[in-house]
Amino acid sequence: MAAAEFDIPEIKDDIEVPRLREGVMAHAKSFIAGEAVQSFMGYPHELGEDWKERALDKMGDLLGKYRSLKVFLDACVHCGACTDKCHYYLGTSDPKNMPVARQDLMRQVYRRYFTPAGKLFPKLVGAKDLTKEVLDDWYSYYYQCSECRRCSVFCPYGIDTAEITMAGREILNHVGMGQKYSNEILGKVQKIGNNLGLPGPALEDTLEGLAEDIEADTGVAVKMPLDVKGAEVLLVTPSADFFSEPHVESLIGYAKVFHAAGISWTLSSHASEAGNFGLFDANYDVMRKVAMRIRDAALELGVKRIVVGECGHAWRVAYSFWNTLTGIGYGGNDPFSIELQKQLDPTYPQPQHICELTNDLIKSGKIKVDPSANDDLVVTYHDSCNVARASRMGTEPGGQFAIPRELIKSVANNFHNMADDTIYESTFCCGGGGGLLTDDLMEVRVKGALPRATALNNVVKEHQVNFMATICAICKAQFTKVLPKYGFDMGMVGGVHQLVSKAIKLD
Amino acid sequence: MSTVTMIYAGMFYIATLLLVVGLAYKIFDYSRTPAPLKIPTTPAPTTQKGVVYRMAKEVVLFESLFKSNKWIWVFGYLFHFGLFLVLARHLRYFTEPVWFWVGIVQPFGKYASIMMVAGLAGLLARRFLVDRVRYISTPSDYLMLVLLIAIGLSGMLMTFVAHTDIVALKGFFMGLMYLDVQPVPQDPILLVHLALVALLMVIFPISKLLHAPGVFFSPTRNQVDNPREHRHVAAWAARLDQNN
Repeated sequence: MAAAEFDIPEIKDDIEVPRLREGVMAHAKSFIAGEAVQSFMGYPHELGEDWKERALDKMGDLLGKYRSLKVFLDACVHCGACTDKCHYYLGTSDPKNMPVARQDLMRQVYRRYFTPAGKLFPKLVGAKDLTKEVLDDWYSYYYQCSECRRCSVFCPYGIDTAEITMAGREILNHVGMGQKYSNEILGKVQKIGNNLGLPGPALEDTLEGLAEDIEADTGVAVKMPLDVKGAEVLLVTPSADFFSEPHVESLIGYAKVFHAAGISWTLSSHASEAGNFGLFDANYDVMRKVAMRIRDAALELGVKRIVVGECGHAWRVAYSFWNTLTGIGYGGNDPFSIELQKQLDPTYPQPQHICELTNDLIKSGKIKVDPSANDDLVVTYHDSCNVARASRMGTEPGGQFAIPRELIKSVANNFHNMADDTIYESTFCCGGGGGLLTDDLMEVRVKGALPRATALNNVVKEHQVNFMATICAICKAQFTKVLPKYGFDMGMVGGVHQLVSKAIKLD
Repeated sequence: MSTVTMIYAGMFYIATLLLVVGLAYKIFDYSRTPAPLKIPTTPAPTTQKGVVYRMAKEVVLFESLFKSNKWIWVFGYLFHFGLFLVLARHLRYFTEPVWFWVGIVQPFGKYASIMMVAGLAGLLARRFLVDRVRYISTPSDYLMLVLLIAIGLSGMLMTFVAHTDIVALKGFFMGLMYLDVQPVPQDPILLVHLALVALLMVIFPISKLLHAPGVFFSPTRNQVDNPREHRHVAAWAARLDQNN
């Protein structure tokens, strides 16, 4: 089924807050997962007789497990501070894409079944029965949220709609309304080892081919090692890096960095994926299982360091959750985490972002770069949402903004930031994150990219920017597909290590 | 003792009980519910001290709201800061002798009521005038503001226009506190004012007014950004580690 036609929004001089148009995005629904996908995940694939009880049971379960959900559903005062902050509202003008309204889809049900006020006076407090219509709204609008956390920056109580979206999707999973795109990927990563379903031998071939290409290109035998026991570094990177453009250019960049610095490294066929779509639903077990592949690979290969490639949500999971989920990090005093932590080299952060690693190597002079190799480019940098608002690099708060920019400026001479209210903690999501990077949501993706496209357009006009660097596989895939609809060249999007790759000096 | 006094005494005992028990239960419930994952909105402080500072800025200055929307910040700040001073001023009805600083705050508390009502009026106007805010507003959102405005206006009437017998009023509340009920002054404006306050107290723990304790429990604001250095595991999640 082809996606419906839709108008591409027009880029204005500034990001404008539209007047609301009710229901204009209610039709946007991603494909629902079928039986095979759902049953592998342990979910039903259709609504049973008892769907309502199942939904409310799951909601009660999540309310008991996640303080965020409980506090966020209670604390909102409907002040409206978040109403103009979501890129999907700005791009679509559908009021249910305002963060508070998206939350209210669940809050109305929470109030009806879990609070005295909503049980006694539902109309007064905006409480609603859980009906099939409400459930359909959940499915529509919880998959028009990329869980980017921009709203949480601006909420006076720090309410993070992502937490509610995740819970909403998990409840939908439990009543048989899983999303085909995300749940299929969660199946593949658990069965095969990566989101793209690329089996070990195919991966080996791909990597050999890439190593040959680099040698043909540079005359230097840069290796692409796979499953090497005793390597110092295990590199975990999004599987898109193995063959998607422009992602692969960054993979080549990482390989050159390790080569130039003389660090032994390896990829793992068992953990050939940094991405963890388990983040997108409130299913701790699934997220943990997916993350455990990295722990297993690290133990199996005996590596001393774990480094993560350019991927936004993967870095959130790695930085913020790996220690919790799998013991990759420091400070564990239980046998489970000690087993791994005693193996890791305590002189490095664990896990470490590839940008932290490369930036340190350049600053300490261990690798040499020639920024003039990128003189054909005028570069800007798109802060990926999960890196910006859900993680850190380096030792100081805000290192996630400073380090990638420092790195870019050391390998390229021309750099300009986009407008301040569109970068750093206020960065706009690319429009394709959080499980929305699927063709059946193309309208949502294109419209959601409007704020970023507007900010980009302004630096293109003012500073002749012709390259937007980013450190996220989803951002790269989304922008190369969506920016051309706004008249930009798809080639102007790429990774930070794509720039490093051009500038690095190999001996 | 008059019927009115008995009704008002009973009303305030019940309202206080519901407020205290209700809030205590919600705070207990928030604190027993684990936050299994590290989810501070970053950039976030890397130390506990830093978190206290971040939270203080949030609670005292409404920092995030300031970043977000200057109109809501101005109205919200006028209201909350005005309310704070007004409440401080009201402590004179519950303390004998009146605390030193409560004495100092009296003239400020008097005029703060104007700030408070002006802020509330601004917030109410936004609910009607801004299409996005109108869309998300429920009947209770309007009524809550109307209730607070009615409390503020009835109080201002007694402060600025028709004074009530505040000595007797103080006697009534001190009597309630020492379980020795004294007559409540039977001034209609005062009785309306007091009834609305009792209603607000009852509503507090079952409404969006829970944002007041809630903000302190918000994981995006109260967590330290140190997940690589410290292993953070909730009790229910720690059990999973033992199965490996």
